[in-house]
Amino acid sequence: MRSDTILKISVAVFVGAFFLYLFGPLIIMSVTAFNSSAFPRVSPFECFSVEWFNVLVNDDKLMLGLRNSLFIGLGVVLISVPIGLAGALMLMQISPRVRSWYYTIVISPILIPGVVLGISTLVFWDRLGLMFNADYDSFFYNGIFLTILGQATFISAYSMLVFISRLQRFDSALEEAALDLGATHVQTFRKVLLPFLRPAIGSAAVLAFLASFENYNTTVFTIVSESTLTTVLASKVRYGINPSISALAVIIVVMTLFGAGVYEIMRRREEAQRAASTLIAKAGDAAAVLGRKRRPVYAEPAMIILTLVFVAGLGTTFFAGTVGVDQCKVAVKEEKRRLAEERIKERKLKSMFKQAAPGKETGSKSGGGTGKVEAKGTEGYKSIFAPQNLEGQVESDEKPAEDKGKVDAKGTEGYKGIFAPQNLEGQVDSETKATEEKDKIDAKGTEGYKSIFDPKNLESQSGTNGSN
Amino acid sequence: MSADVELDDVWIKFGEFVAARDVNITIKGGEFFSFLGPSGCGKTTLLRAVSGFLEPSQGEVRIGGQNMQGIGPNKRPTALIFQNLALFPLMTVWENIAFALEVRGVGKAERRKRADELLELIALSDQGDKMVHELSGGQRQRVAIARALAAEPQVLLLDEPLSALDLKLRQHMRTELRAIQQRVGITFIYITHDQGEALTMSDNIAVMREGVIEQVSDGNTVYDHPETSFVASFVGENNLFSGRVTEVSDGFATVDTSEGPMRARNALKNGSPQLSAGDSAYVFVRPESLKFANGHAHDNTIKAHINQQEFEGHFWQVFMDVPGSDKTIKMSMVNDGMELSHATGSEVSLGFAADLAVALPEGPLAAE
Ligand SMILES: Nc1ncnc2c1ncn2[C@@H]1O[C@H](COP(=O)(O)OP(=O)(O)OP(=O)(O)O)[C@@H](O)[C@H]1O
Ligand SMILES: [Mg+2]
Repeated sequence: MRSDTILKISVAVFVGAFFLYLFGPLIIMSVTAFNSSAFPRVSPFECFSVEWFNVLVNDDKLMLGLRNSLFIGLGVVLISVPIGLAGALMLMQISPRVRSWYYTIVISPILIPGVVLGISTLVFWDRLGLMFNADYDSFFYNGIFLTILGQATFISAYSMLVFISRLQRFDSALEEAALDLGATHVQTFRKVLLPFLRPAIGSAAVLAFLASFENYNTTVFTIVSESTLTTVLASKVRYGINPSISALAVIIVVMTLFGAGVYEIMRRREEAQRAASTLIAKAGDAAAVLGRKRRPVYAEPAMIILTLVFVAGLGTTFFAGTVGVDQCKVAVKEEKRRLAEERIKERKLKSMFKQAAPGKETGSKSGGGTGKVEAKGTEGYKSIFAPQNLEGQVESDEKPAEDKGKVDAKGTEGYKGIFAPQNLEGQVDSETKATEEKDKIDAKGTEGYKSIFDPKNLESQSGTNGSN
Repeated sequence: MSADVELDDVWIKFGEFVAARDVNITIKGGEFFSFLGPSGCGKTTLLRAVSGFLEPSQGEVRIGGQNMQGIGPNKRPTALIFQNLALFPLMTVWENIAFALEVRGVGKAERRKRADELLELIALSDQGDKMVHELSGGQRQRVAIARALAAEPQVLLLDEPLSALDLKLRQHMRTELRAIQQRVGITFIYITHDQGEALTMSDNIAVMREGVIEQVSDGNTVYDHPETSFVASFVGENNLFSGRVTEVSDGFATVDTSEGPMRARNALKNGSPQLSAGDSAYVFVRPESLKFANGHAHDNTIKAHINQQEFEGHFWQVFMDVPGSDKTIKMSMVNDGMELSHATGSEVSLGFAADLAVALPEGPLAAE
């Protein structure tokens, strides 16, 4: 092989590995959000379901944390954007000698560990509170107030950086031109500088909001007795997680993708406009510009397509994750119970004859043969084709009275490995417990049901149930 | 309405650096006045002192007789057209033009009406709703002028407004600017390092060098009667011969140069001749003042060797060496349709009249 081919291949492998490293966790996590399994996992994939999104929005603690995070984010934006703007304007005004000192000082909150900022904010306001003899209900000890202030100390510096980079491209002659034409300093700021800074204000606000929203290490100190999304998540992880956290992550990822799409469309649009206008200016062709009207961004074809794809994806997912899920879950549960019974029988047989009796499959095969596939039941259908699920599905057909989802004779390929010990072992354990639960599945009361299947989850889940 | 502008003993310093030194100029109301000088000589700095963006370190700026000290740029009756125009990129053309009215609180309908009038003045009607970047360079130039005029200044200050344009457009805009100035009748103070621009447009020109005003007079005088060696070398083309003054009489000086003795006008400054016997001096002779001697008697003659002859349409450029020196002499002859009288490579004798040459005290020269 030629050496450059080797090089190309190794670069491709490296890039592939790198992207896998970057996006692998996100992809796995996104898949777990749609798996009806009570523990976030990809395999076995039980049923495609959006129930965890339901669980998510019904989790009061999480929702309270989310509301607090949104409120704090808003507060941080309102404080740090003006401070950042003022800081950046100041930097542009002062003489170059003082500038580097000033810059070092105002940028330092970014360099100081967030933990230190958090503790110092807490201690500072506590001392102040003591000085004023404030009681614990006062704002000196209000977690949300302290968190907004604590986060704003360094997020202001972030937004200042955004403004600085924009201001560096500002032609100060524009300010002078405005003054020269009789504008006051306030008018100059409002009519010339502020419009120029508008995009930067948007970016700074988004950046500030995101930085606030995801902050943990400062917040964990300043939040005192309140909670934010990050602190709730952190405490949840400590007690064991369920896929509703994956669902939250999926929402954030999708929103990010959508935002990135919108941003990219806007950027290209601006670029195209600039290219077109320089072309026109160069050609000196005045007439070409005359008819040209600026299209509003929401009328951009790419924007419409993006929105359609987004809405369609949302709709399909919701539909697919709602319709037929119950059916599928009944099937999965039955299959598990069936497997458990098989296992138990087998053990009994084993202990009776010391040897496993072959030919068990024949019965189940005939049971599978009677099944039919419903055209509508795409959900049950989907999961059925996953090999691991097939096994169970077919097995459960032995109990036709309770079974709704039926399988075509094709499904027999799933037979292989049914008796592979590694496939059975874990399930048997959980199934024995499952059989103690009521047999019927309530579409709403899914929570109690889920946790049961995963032994690890059992403890925490019963804890939450108790508190609900 | 137009106003006089007076600079009285103005000094401008940036720390140790002196950007303008003892500037004394009076510009009469309604005049087209130019500052001409090489890059970095302090033209923009002086203009900023007039428009109020910087205060002189010393001296006084008066506009319409009123001392401008402490009066900010937004309170002065001046409008500045910036070297890079500084049009507002986020506003349409008409909003740019009407900006001065907007900040005064003039209503929108009235602003639009006035902007349309000015657009007509600069021959850009119908272009008011464009964005600035959709205009060509020359159109932007005119928008900048209209925007400044909308402020109804008594003095319009223009900082090399044509420097970004190509030659054709520049020449066209010169005439246009002059026409606009005559129409609106206000004082124009124009900055340029292009002598052609200064000479064609101005009533009066101030030639600057390193923060110093070398000469203030009308274009003809600056060209024909330079007061310093810098002005003589900066404005137009000149052949330079250096030497020592042997004799002065009747407003003429005789200078002993390495190319032979030359008699030239003893240049005046403030009405009195500058040279006396024994001074080091330069003699300047314009290329168009040189003639082939052809046996005729001349006040001055130089022996030379024709090196190269270039055809430039309406005239010929003849480049010559002086035997025994490294000096190159340039002569220009009107193209009268005749054959060249002397072949390249031939030895010739050049002559020039004493009153077409000027002798000046040795001093700084313009960089080539
Ligand atoms: N703010 C300042 N601080 C220090 N020096 C300055 C400042 N502004 C101008 N100068 C100096 O003053 C001198 C004159 O500058 P100015 O801008 O007036 O030149 P100019 O004649 O307009 O040149 P150009 O034709 O290139 O525009 C230059 O040497 C420049 O370096
Ligand atoms: Mg300048």
